[in-house]
Amino acid sequence: MEAATRNPATLDSVILTIDGRQVSVPAGTDILTAAKSAGIDIPHLCYDPRVEAIGACRMCSVKVEGARGLVAACGQSVAPGMQVITEDEELARRRKHVLELFLSEHCATCSGCDKSGACRLQDYAYRYQADPHRFGVYRPRYDGDNYTTLNKGILYDADKCIRCGLCVKYCETVQMAEALTFTWRADRMVVSTPGDDDLNDTSCELCGGCIRVCPTSAMLDKRAFHAGRNSDLQRVRTTCSYCGVGCQMDLMVDRQRNRIVRVTAEPGSPINDGNLCVKGHFGFEFVSSPERLTQPLIRRNGALEPATWDEALALIGSRMQEIRKQHGPDGLAFISSARCTNEENYLVQKIARAVVGTHNVDNCATSCHAPTVAGLAESFGSGAMTNSTTEIRDCKVLFLIGANPTEAHPIFGLEMKRALRRGAKLIVCDPRETWMAKHADIHIQHRSGSDNMLLNAMMRHIIDEGLADRNFIESRCEDYEAFAENLKGYTVEAAAECCGVDAELIRAAARMYAEGEPSAIYYTLGITEHACGTDNVKNVANLAMLCGQIGKWASGVNPLRGQNNVQGACDMGAMPAKLPGYQRWSDAEVRARFEAVWDAPMPQTEGLKIPMMIAAAGAELRALYVMGQDIVATEPNQAEVIERLKSLDFLVCQEIFLTETAKLAHVVLPSTTFAEKDGTFTCSERRVQLVRKAVEPPGEAKADWEILCLVAEALGKPMPYRDPAEIYDELASLSPMFAGISHRRIAEHGGLQWPCPSDDHAGTRFLHEGRFTRGKGRFHAIRHQPPREEPTPEFPLILSTGRTLYNYNCGSMSRKSAVISQKESANFVEIHRDTAARYGIADDEKIVVRTARGRVTARAAVGERVRPDTIWMPFHFAEESANVLTNDVFDPVTATAEYKCCAAEIEKLPAAGTERLGSKSHAAHATR
Amino acid sequence: MALSDALRAEFEELCTHYPERRAGLIPALHRCQDENGGWLTPEILEDLADFFGLAPVDVYGVASFYPMFRLRPVGEHVISVCHNISCALRGAEALLEHICERTGARPGLDGTSPDGRFTVLRVECQGACANAPMVEVHGEYHEDLDPAKVDRLLAELQSGAPARGAR
Repeated sequence: MEAATRNPATLDSVILTIDGRQVSVPAGTDILTAAKSAGIDIPHLCYDPRVEAIGACRMCSVKVEGARGLVAACGQSVAPGMQVITEDEELARRRKHVLELFLSEHCATCSGCDKSGACRLQDYAYRYQADPHRFGVYRPRYDGDNYTTLNKGILYDADKCIRCGLCVKYCETVQMAEALTFTWRADRMVVSTPGDDDLNDTSCELCGGCIRVCPTSAMLDKRAFHAGRNSDLQRVRTTCSYCGVGCQMDLMVDRQRNRIVRVTAEPGSPINDGNLCVKGHFGFEFVSSPERLTQPLIRRNGALEPATWDEALALIGSRMQEIRKQHGPDGLAFISSARCTNEENYLVQKIARAVVGTHNVDNCATSCHAPTVAGLAESFGSGAMTNSTTEIRDCKVLFLIGANPTEAHPIFGLEMKRALRRGAKLIVCDPRETWMAKHADIHIQHRSGSDNMLLNAMMRHIIDEGLADRNFIESRCEDYEAFAENLKGYTVEAAAECCGVDAELIRAAARMYAEGEPSAIYYTLGITEHACGTDNVKNVANLAMLCGQIGKWASGVNPLRGQNNVQGACDMGAMPAKLPGYQRWSDAEVRARFEAVWDAPMPQTEGLKIPMMIAAAGAELRALYVMGQDIVATEPNQAEVIERLKSLDFLVCQEIFLTETAKLAHVVLPSTTFAEKDGTFTCSERRVQLVRKAVEPPGEAKADWEILCLVAEALGKPMPYRDPAEIYDELASLSPMFAGISHRRIAEHGGLQWPCPSDDHAGTRFLHEGRFTRGKGRFHAIRHQPPREEPTPEFPLILSTGRTLYNYNCGSMSRKSAVISQKESANFVEIHRDTAARYGIADDEKIVVRTARGRVTARAAVGERVRPDTIWMPFHFAEESANVLTNDVFDPVTATAEYKCCAAEIEKLPAAGTERLGSKSHAAHATR
Repeated sequence: MALSDALRAEFEELCTHYPERRAGLIPALHRCQDENGGWLTPEILEDLADFFGLAPVDVYGVASFYPMFRLRPVGEHVISVCHNISCALRGAEALLEHICERTGARPGLDGTSPDGRFTVLRVECQGACANAPMVEVHGEYHEDLDPAKVDRLLAELQSGAPARGAR
């Protein structure tokens, strides 16, 4: 039974007696969970708190006074006055018998088993002294191939399977991938896929959930097979370093071999409740990749050659100081990293401002969610998710626009699936038919770049129908009149025409959102990565204010952040306009506070954002220091970026791999992954969480914060921090919104959500309750502006780009995983069936995609996920980069590029038109 | 498309007899199997999943659970030989051996004769214990069997004549 997250005090509670102890739990709780809350562990094999009770294993049978026979504790709700006995001689005898039956069908080879020491079957067999041979000796009988034989990540061993059904149920109801089932029956029954197909040819999303829920060793991590039993490994709780969800995961570490052996997660963990996606579960191989940088490199005679740390630091010190002397502090710039910790981001901007003396510091948020930071700050006063992840399940109407959470933010996707199971309605506005779109009550498949047409028409309809929240608008907002006046120019019919969708859908979506109790908006880069990104964000904020759907539990405006610490990189002031905690350096009081602690004057000239740095490179900008970002792979119009970087006098890269950007550097410093250092990440829901060191870095690589301290020293201003906790304390002392946060308190609370102004503050779950951060919520009149580049006879299609489930960003981390590479190893372009037919292009055929800026080849994934006027490509593949094609036009406020639409053409490869590549799974993935 | 328009129409009507659409799956599987020469192809299962709004994995789970659904090609005539207690006491094993010799088919993963004419299956009780031993072919029961009766039955099947059930 799934408990609501709402304040438990508001739920009816039930008092019952378990083993003579009075226990009080919310009504609807099952006996097993009630007992657990009182510290009584009822044995169970097929129970998991995330999965509806299966009741197959009979281990949790208990005695309930007055009931006929024994009762399965997992499936029976508590009742007032219930008397439960969970353990006595008779129950022990029965459990022993049940275990012996299980063991008669389980190949008990504990001495050679990965699961030994963490196996519930083994634990209970010991506890009840079950005889594994009571019904004869089990001989292995499944030696043939099964659905996992070819898979590199998951191993199914039917000889170990006790047919509890937990993996099947998890796959069906939690992940909702529906890849697994029981096949055959009786003693032939095994877990398999439809037609016993290879796992990668099914709807399996490789989340690893089957492995994590398996109570025995029937489901194992194939790559960790025989690499250490759980009891040999050390468990290190840390924060995932992929997307911005902020999942808590446990690295299982072999200290002697200095290796992460496998990754797992426990139900009940903050944010992800023990769920992980393919990247979290299988994507850690990059940490021990042989391609890691292990020593500093210096460019000598045109080539990068190994050097000592002393040489590299001395060169950085002398070159950067020379350039500073010659061209002034603004001749240098720093790009910080959304993948590095808060502490490291804080140091980068401190070095830029307090050591070099420039505001030329930025991070990748400029490429993604800067319009969120700017737009929501204008509308509400702070630019972050207004609600928490755990509130999603209580939402009644989910409004997704330009967001594909099941792929880009899989655990947010999982929480939304949970909301759907609890009866939530779903509206999806997306040019692609994503998983969420397929399962939506209303899918508005509007043309890329027509968001404001759609939103304006919806809002006009809401006003016309009297669905606006007058009271909220009057008491909480301002500038409504100009906003409402602007909407008069936008009819539903005109929007339907411009967006290429049915007018009735727009009306229905408007009504459904306005009437939700409550509704919440979730958006991602489909809103921000446009030349009108900031306008889009403000209009999303308008919609929420118009309906009063903000500042409440499970109701608000939620930008889902892309990188693990992009929220933190912004929070730490790694951007030109703001200091840590979004404080303005132009404010005299703020400036004085920082100058006193930093012991340096605050620079007074505006700094450059990343696209401006690139544009100025070789001109006003002479030196660039890049920490953990591959701008060549991720910025639009790649050829131009490379040209610009080559014209710099001095380029330093602090990296874990020799990325496309690092290949151009004068000095490359080997740094560390999230698993090799301590610090904090701040995830999308504003929660600051700990990152813990699990393994030693390879070779001479150093933690980024240590490198930055050495660089500061080389630049003439030592920063002798002892550890990241000390760095955090300094930034907390300078930023009122983080003042109550410290490493010690984060550990105590399992993360803290800002704002957290004092030591006794528990953090803030949702924002803008009663009052917006800026006082009144501000409406903006937003006009629809078409994309900068529209289809032409030469380039008749719209190209949009985005992320897939399996890979991440420029691919430097995710593509090191053999499991992920097996599933998705090469670029593809999604084309509608009708469009492909018109061009004579077959599924899986390698084709050319062209725009005014360049051309790449990619495999055609023909299906119905995109509109006939649109093609879509992921940007994870550096060798055939989508960013060769994308348009380098930018949002005027935030310099965010229009990655989401440009004009393109496709054509067959000359001569080699029938060449095929990649695995079948691409096609399956694209057409599903 | 493995599912013909005629079958789709038939199944639409079928679904009206049940409170839930998915309840029509098992009768639909039987019909498809009959139409397809005695077995169900992966394409049929996929189409049925689509038709009933189920995940392919659910349809596969059902089809593989029941032994009367066959997921591999079968011979022209499928002979199901009961080997349960009554039949066993009355010589089912010898009878089965006799049938295997005559047809060249043998129960197992691929129980079909090389000429593709016969598939022989070993099945559980068919509820005809009073007249054991028995086999079932094309939905007809043939009971009180001995090798001579079996030979006559096989000859009838070989000749293409409709083998009517007999005691």
